[in-house]
This record gives sequence, structure tokens and C-alpha cells, in this order.
Amino acid sequence: MDALPYTTTARPDTGLTSPKLGIWLFLASEVMLFGSLFSAYVLLRTGAPFWPDQSETLNVPLAALNTVILISSSVTMVLAWAAAAAGNLSRYRLFMGLTLLGGALFLVVKAIEYSDKFSHGLYPSTNNFLAIYFTMTGLHAIHVIAGMVVNAYLLGVTRMWREDHLRFTNRVEIAGIYWHFVDVVWIFLFPVLYLL
Amino acid sequence: MFFRHLFSTDHKVIGLLYGFTSLFFLLVGFVLVVIMRWQLAYPGRTPWIAPEMYNGLGALHGTIMVFLGVVPLAVGAFGNYVVPLQIGAPDMAFPRINLASYWFYAVGGIIMLASFFAPGGAPMSGWTSYPPLANFAPSGQTFWLFGMLCLIFSSLLGALNFITTIIQLRAPGLTWFRLPFFVWAQFITAFLLLLAFPALQAAAVLQGMDRIAGTSFFLPSGLVVSGERVGVAGDGNVLLWQHLFWFLGHPEVYVLVLPAMGIIAEVITTNIRKPLWGYRLMVYALFVLGFLSFIVWAHHMFLTGMGTTISAFFQATTMIISIPSVIILSALILALYGGSIRFNTPMLFALAFMPMFGLGGLTGLPLGLAATDIPLHDTNYVVGHFHYLVAPGTIFALFAGIYHWFPKITGRFMNETLGKIHFAGSLVAMNLIFFPMLIQGLTGVNRRLWDGGASYQFAEPVLFLNTTMSHAAFLLGFFQLFFIVNLFVSLRSGRTATANPWEATTLEWATPTPPIPHGNFAQPPRAYRDPYEYSVPGARTDFLPQNVADERAGT
Repeated sequence: MDALPYTTTARPDTGLTSPKLGIWLFLASEVMLFGSLFSAYVLLRTGAPFWPDQSETLNVPLAALNTVILISSSVTMVLAWAAAAAGNLSRYRLFMGLTLLGGALFLVVKAIEYSDKFSHGLYPSTNNFLAIYFTMTGLHAIHVIAGMVVNAYLLGVTRMWREDHLRFTNRVEIAGIYWHFVDVVWIFLFPVLYLL
Repeated sequence: MFFRHLFSTDHKVIGLLYGFTSLFFLLVGFVLVVIMRWQLAYPGRTPWIAPEMYNGLGALHGTIMVFLGVVPLAVGAFGNYVVPLQIGAPDMAFPRINLASYWFYAVGGIIMLASFFAPGGAPMSGWTSYPPLANFAPSGQTFWLFGMLCLIFSSLLGALNFITTIIQLRAPGLTWFRLPFFVWAQFITAFLLLLAFPALQAAAVLQGMDRIAGTSFFLPSGLVVSGERVGVAGDGNVLLWQHLFWFLGHPEVYVLVLPAMGIIAEVITTNIRKPLWGYRLMVYALFVLGFLSFIVWAHHMFLTGMGTTISAFFQATTMIISIPSVIILSALILALYGGSIRFNTPMLFALAFMPMFGLGGLTGLPLGLAATDIPLHDTNYVVGHFHYLVAPGTIFALFAGIYHWFPKITGRFMNETLGKIHFAGSLVAMNLIFFPMLIQGLTGVNRRLWDGGASYQFAEPVLFLNTTMSHAAFLLGFFQLFFIVNLFVSLRSGRTATANPWEATTLEWATPTPPIPHGNFAQPPRAYRDPYEYSVPGARTDFLPQNVADERAGT
């Protein structure tokens, strides 16, 4: 399978490497997944006789902080990729570590929000707003965790850094594209669930 | 040796794993329906089939046939094995993701089968799992949801792999309009899987939340079950499930149909010795089908009271989508004109596919129009309609594909006599099963009835058909024995085949037989011509393979 063409070099007529095309197709599918949930949100909210005041129910400052954290981690992800492309291992480790830290901080803040809701007796079963809130942010958190697993792997296993540097850099780029997508989903979730 | 095959990343081995697993599930799904038909033929005389069990058999028959049988065989097995060969690629673009896709499928299948042993029994809300019924079903329904999540993830991994492979790994010279029609069909199918399945994923997550976390996404306020008010928050929407389910469900119909059309195109061109009629038009029709299949879903929901305006929109798109289907089927039939037809087993299945699929399609028209759908909805007519499409339609195409590509895969032919008995018996039996369903449905007999309609007076004149259909189903099972015996006996002692036994033109026949593990081709192939250059004037042979540069060279 090492003989497969276009894993690291772009096919001339499409201008793409296979992994890059693959991740974009994967994200297209993810768009449909979250799109379905956003549609469900719209249908439930427009059909409901009563909808709670979202910004009163949820903690907007904490979520704003989380938005900053996640966007910052996207920036460090790009810097990690640039460092990998430049062949600077210590700089790569620094920024990849910061990206992981950003993801972890995001989850910690999310956990604080969740436990605060639970301690006030607010559960998914309380009403449909909280139900869709917990479902969508929970699914998003699973995506954050998945991204962190990939990033941790890329931080820890650097044998490929020495043996096939171009392929390693491409992997960081692919992981980055996914990480930015997770970020973008949150940028939609934040106003829809907290502010509107 | 055996275990090494279970974890091989070679697309051919994965294709065969998919093939054998999905054939096993087709058999399981068939056995389930045979038990159901037994109950329907002799209601009250089979005390061990309780109504709950009957419902479970029905739900799992549908789920297994669609998600674990036909689609994995059409896409996972045929797509995996044939597509890389036809585009001249050494493997799929992502071999390990390909293997992961198989294992998610296998685990999903095991979870589905395990649901039979779940406390409270198998899922029994039909293959569509409509709430609120599904929300209150026993724990088997939760198994169903987790099984579906695995299957959806599997098909996502498969779909992105197919699309990437077809875009990136085409051999030099194999331009888009030199691709065999089968590859085009798999390409469009992969997009449907990629973009439609996530809707069911979302729906399964929501129903899982309803069942596990006590939410009420699909439960309206004030719902009363068994005389008691349900203690949930309410304000949910039962139609939300139906919209999400059918947003997947209708493209899924084309996932069942398009690969079958692809197989038929390959089998027909090989056995009529002339090019496919209207190749480009057929490809354009595929695109239109793929696009329109995303905006017809609510024709499954005319009776939900969603309003005449929305019904009008969806019945218009439904009428429009029949046009590209008719184009493809007509082109396939027109291709026969003036051909020099070989009536071997794969060709017989392909020839039968066309009228059977046509019948399935035509019986669908009254269901696509709101006014005629109202009396027919949820009757056996619907069951007859879609079984004509899937059983003597798609499954016949899959049989044609097995008989057609068996020599390439194993180096041996399947037995022609056994194959012809299998074909004739299946054709007669299937019509005896499904045509009476149309008659019963027109009389008004509902589907999913444990007693087959015996408790309704209006069903009295057509009740005798239940026995006919059941006996035909047993007969169908009998004729499948010829296939099973043929498959295993031919594997060891069939007539040996050369590299290109059918004298076909597409690239899969340019490999050695069987293709080389991990790499397929002796040398990387190059395509010089269109996919179906049969009977070209001036050529020495009546077929010019795509990888032959000079047409006077002969082969």
C-alpha cells in the first residue's frame, strides 16, 4: 500500500492529495450531521408554544470565554503546522501542546457549565431547549475529544517526522482542517444556543 | 491464514469479506421473512409466533435486508472489488479506512442480531422506527439505534473512500467519460451515502436521547400511553423523526438501485457485443437522479397532514425524478436492439431485471401522487411495489454480478445449468410472491398485520392469496439452494476461466485471473479508448479492451 500514488504529492489534474480530498468529504458529511441537528432545533423551537430565554438559562460569559479558547487553539494549530513545515521540532511541539491545552481547557469550562446546570436541577429531560442544548454541545464535545486524540497522537509519535517528513506535515494539516471544522461548529452553536 | 484475511487491507479481500457477510445477512433476512410468511399462511396455527415476535421479525427483516444485506453487497462487496479494478488502480485510496469500514459494518450487524436476545425482545417498530411507538418499545430498539450508528459510520468511511479513489486513482488515459457506467453509478451512490446518511445519524442520536436521557424530541405534550399520561416535558414533534428518516430513506432507495443499474450495464454490454446505447445521457441521468433524490423524501409522508402545498411540491419532484430512471432503463432496453445476444446466466438475470424493475417503477407512480397515495398508503400494495424494485430488481442484478464476475474472482465459471434453474425458479417464485401483494393492497389489506388481514371482512376475497404467496416464498427458498450449491461447488471444481473469459473490454479483465494481491495489475494499465468498444468496424476481434492501443493489433 506504500505504492499508492498521490498520498503525499498532488495529482496533477485534480491538484489534490488523496488525504486532503478525503478529509473534505468527511467534513461534508459532518456538515450534514450538524445541519440535521440545527434543522431539528429550528423545527422544535418554531413549533413550541413556549421557549425559555436562552441567555438567561445558560452562562453567556463562560461560553464567550470558551469561544476565545477554541479560536485561539485553531491559531496555535496553524502555527504548529507551519512549524512542522519549517522542520522546527521544538516549536512544533510547543504549538501542538498549546492546541491540546486549548482543547482541554474548553472541555473543562464545558464540564463546569454542565455541572452547574445539573446542580440547579436542569437536565436534558427538563425541556426541549435543554435537551437540544445538551445533545448538540455533547456531540460537539465528542468531536473535540476525537480531535484531541488525533493531535495527541501527532504530538507523541514523531518517528514519521524523521522518516517521511512531508507525509507527517500533511497529516498535521489534515488534523488541522478537522480541528478548524470543530471550531466552526462551535461558532455556530454559540450564538444559536446562547444568544438568539 | 483465515485470520490474516480478516484484517487484510487489500480491497479484493475486503470486498470478499463484505460479500460473504452480506450474503449471510441476506439469508438471515430471508429466513426471518419465511417465518413471517408461515404465520401469514396459517394464522392461529403457529402459536409460537406471537404478535410481538411477528413485529420483531418484520422490523429486522427490513433492517437486515436493506442495511446489512443489499447495500453492503452492492456497494461494499461489488464496489470494493470491482471499482479499483475498473479504474486501473492498485487499491482503494485509503486501504486501512476500508478495513475499518468493514469492521464497523460487522459490529453493527452483530449488534442488530444481538437485539433478538435483548430484554423485551427484538426492535418491533418496523424498519422505519417511527416514534412515539419506537420511544416506548423494549430495549431491542436501543440496540437498533446503536447498530445503525455503527452502520452509518461504516458507510461514511466507505463513501469517502470510493469518491476519493475514483477521483484520484484513475489510470492514465482513463478520463471521466471513459469510465465504465458501473463506476459512475458507484460514484453517485457514494455521494448519496455520504450526504444522506448523517440525517439518520442525527435522528438516531435524538431518539437515543429520548430513550436513555428522557428527553422528548419526538413526544408531543399530553401523550397518553396505555391509559396513562406520559411524564415527559413534551412539546416534541413526531414528524421530525419522519423528516430526518426519509431524508436518508429516499436517497437510500437510489443507493439500492444505482449500483444495480451499473451492474446491469456491464453485463448487458458484454453479452450483446455492442456499445452501451446513450452512455453520456445515462451518466447525466445519474447526476439528475442523485440530485433529485434529496428533494423527494416527503412523498412517504402524504398522510401525515403536512399540508397540500408541501404535498404538491413533493409530488412534482417525485414525478420529475421518474424521468431519469426511465431514461436509464430505456437506454438499457434500446441497447439490446441489433445486438448479438448471448443468453448465459448473468445475461438472463440482467434481461429479467428490466421488466421487473419497470414493473416496480410503474407501480410506484400512484404512490408518488398524493390523491392516489391516500387509499394505497400502508397497504400491501406498497410492499409489493418496493419489493419488485429490490428483489427481482436489485437482487437479480446482484445475482447477475456474481455470475458475471465470479470467473475473474476465482478463476472458475459457475455452473450454467444450476444457474439457469436458479434463475427460472427465482423469477417465477418472486412474481408469485409480489404480484398478489399488489392485488391485496388494491383491495385495501394493510401491511404489517399479524393475521394477514383475517380479522377484516373486506379482505375475505383476497385472503387465499396469503397461502399462495407463502408457498411461493418457500419455493423461492428452495431455488436458492441451487445458487448456494453452485457457489461452493464451482469454487472448487468449476470450469477454469482465462483472464478475460467473456471477451469484455473494461479494465478489470486486463488483470491476471485472479488479480494480483496488493496491486492487481501486472503492469500499471493505461486506457486508450471508451469503455464499451464492441464490434468496432475494421478491428480484428469484436472487442477492443480499453488498455489496447492499436485497434489493428488484435488481442
